[in-house]
Amino acid sequence: MSPRLARRGFIVVALFLLATLPIWVGHPYYINIASQILFWAILALAINILVGYAGLVSLGHAGLIAMAGYAAGLSLEYGSGHLVAALLAFVAVMISAAVFGVLALRTTGIGFLMITLALGQIVWGIAYRWASLTNGDNGVVVRTRPEPFGLSLTSPDAFYYLTLIVFLIAVVSMAIFVRSPFGASVRGTRDQPRRMTALGYNVWLIRFIAFLFSGFWTGVGAMLYLYYNQFISPQVAALQTSAEVVLMVIAGGTATLLGPIFGAAIVVIVKNVVSAYIERWNLVLGLIFIIIIAFMPEGLVPGTVRLFRVGWQAMLPRTKVTAVRNDGDPVR
Amino acid sequence: MTALAVNALCKSFGGLRVTADVNLSVEPGERRLIIGPNGAGKTTLFNLITGELTPDSGSIRLFDRDITRAACRQRAHLGMARTYQIITLFSRDTIVRNVTLALLGLSKLRWNPFVDLDREGGLIDRAHDALTRVGLGHIAHRQLGQTSYGERRRVEIAMALAQNPKVLLLDEPFAGLSIDERRDVQQLLLAIPRDVTIVMIEHNMDVGLEFAERITLLHFGEVIVEGTRAEVVADPRTREVYLGE
Repeated sequence: MSPRLARRGFIVVALFLLATLPIWVGHPYYINIASQILFWAILALAINILVGYAGLVSLGHAGLIAMAGYAAGLSLEYGSGHLVAALLAFVAVMISAAVFGVLALRTTGIGFLMITLALGQIVWGIAYRWASLTNGDNGVVVRTRPEPFGLSLTSPDAFYYLTLIVFLIAVVSMAIFVRSPFGASVRGTRDQPRRMTALGYNVWLIRFIAFLFSGFWTGVGAMLYLYYNQFISPQVAALQTSAEVVLMVIAGGTATLLGPIFGAAIVVIVKNVVSAYIERWNLVLGLIFIIIIAFMPEGLVPGTVRLFRVGWQAMLPRTKVTAVRNDGDPVR
Repeated sequence: MTALAVNALCKSFGGLRVTADVNLSVEPGERRLIIGPNGAGKTTLFNLITGELTPDSGSIRLFDRDITRAACRQRAHLGMARTYQIITLFSRDTIVRNVTLALLGLSKLRWNPFVDLDREGGLIDRAHDALTRVGLGHIAHRQLGQTSYGERRRVEIAMALAQNPKVLLLDEPFAGLSIDERRDVQQLLLAIPRDVTIVMIEHNMDVGLEFAERITLLHFGEVIVEGTRAEVVADPRTREVYLGE
């Protein structure tokens, strides 16, 4: 079985399972969990652009989620339509991402992490303390979901399919980005920024555009989050959200397409399903992370692929590994 | 017209003067060797010329164009390429991808987020050409992590050559190579056409001397001796500084 064929087979099976999920899952509770996994996966894929491909760990993306979510939520509260709300969310998240990017990209590494962390905390502080605007701890309620082309999104099935479509667009756009010359430029700035500059690349601008791209998909994920919960509060802007999304990426496998998706699935499932049985579900999540990092430091998806390869090669008959030189000596 | 003109260039790190009033004038097509003991400021001079460091004072001109204030990346677009003494390659990629990145750096395509880089045949063909020039065409698709040190030195040179530079700066291209590998790299450098001006730093005098027409000797950031091969070798200051006599 060639790797390409295996990949195609995997894609076909995954698409089939995702498209038929409401049928074989059945219960609305679990369909909703699937929706959650998909929009958290979009957020994880968005942050993976920075963490995985640009080598920049941001702990401020919760601030970007909040900027998009609050912009849409508050404009709906003041009586605007869904289209205007979405446009405002887009403008808010892109401006915030630009400001975050300009400030944080003065450094890389730990400096970048700390500045994004501080910026995220500022957004959280505004959401929490500026109660006359944001309604503080009580949050903002969104009464209706949009009805694109007259289709109602109130049922779990309908919302799941909307999320799935957006998710698939996100995955395809990431796949194209990764293979593109610009994607190669971004990875180059991660591995050898100095060399990239000497080769004629504008390292700062490449990172800034990557930040905006990440911000855009964070905004998209945030809109799905908002419409799924029909509610937004300062809780989403908190550091824990940023850290959780980064952990999804690291646990699943940075700089891979599938890693953030599986990472999101683990976190959402543990949060929603395990927490129904065990009060201290955070402990379980922590243990899972420790086990992943201990046995697969590269992350769950690349780690599984590696273990599978090792197992596959161990099963191959030895004659296939051994070749014979002209003089009759076997070589490895 | 000079290919590269450095005028009264100074750079200090704190109280340490690493480049002290350096003048350098390299003719088009010339092969210039810069020698000097450890800590003479050779690599710093390269970093100033390529723009990775900003000089405290003085000026740098590339084909009569003042580039003192030009950003490092702009100098690459103006026809300057360099190799590094400490190998600086993309270790997670294949050899051909390394060279493709060098070509992409000067191409507008580098901003394109939509096409598949692996299907950019023209660019990849040129990368293969550059690798054939340095004798690595047969292992172009090998992962960089699986190559030898000598092969990596040649990838460094292939990346610089692929950019088709007017001025090529080689920072110790023979460092760490075996005698056989050195000979190969030397052949490779001798085959570079004369429309490329080459400035080379080399610690190892015997390899470098054969290659260069003119030699500049640096010591404590200053130009001590400059002249033809015979002049510099004969100069007593060379023996004093460099040969430690």
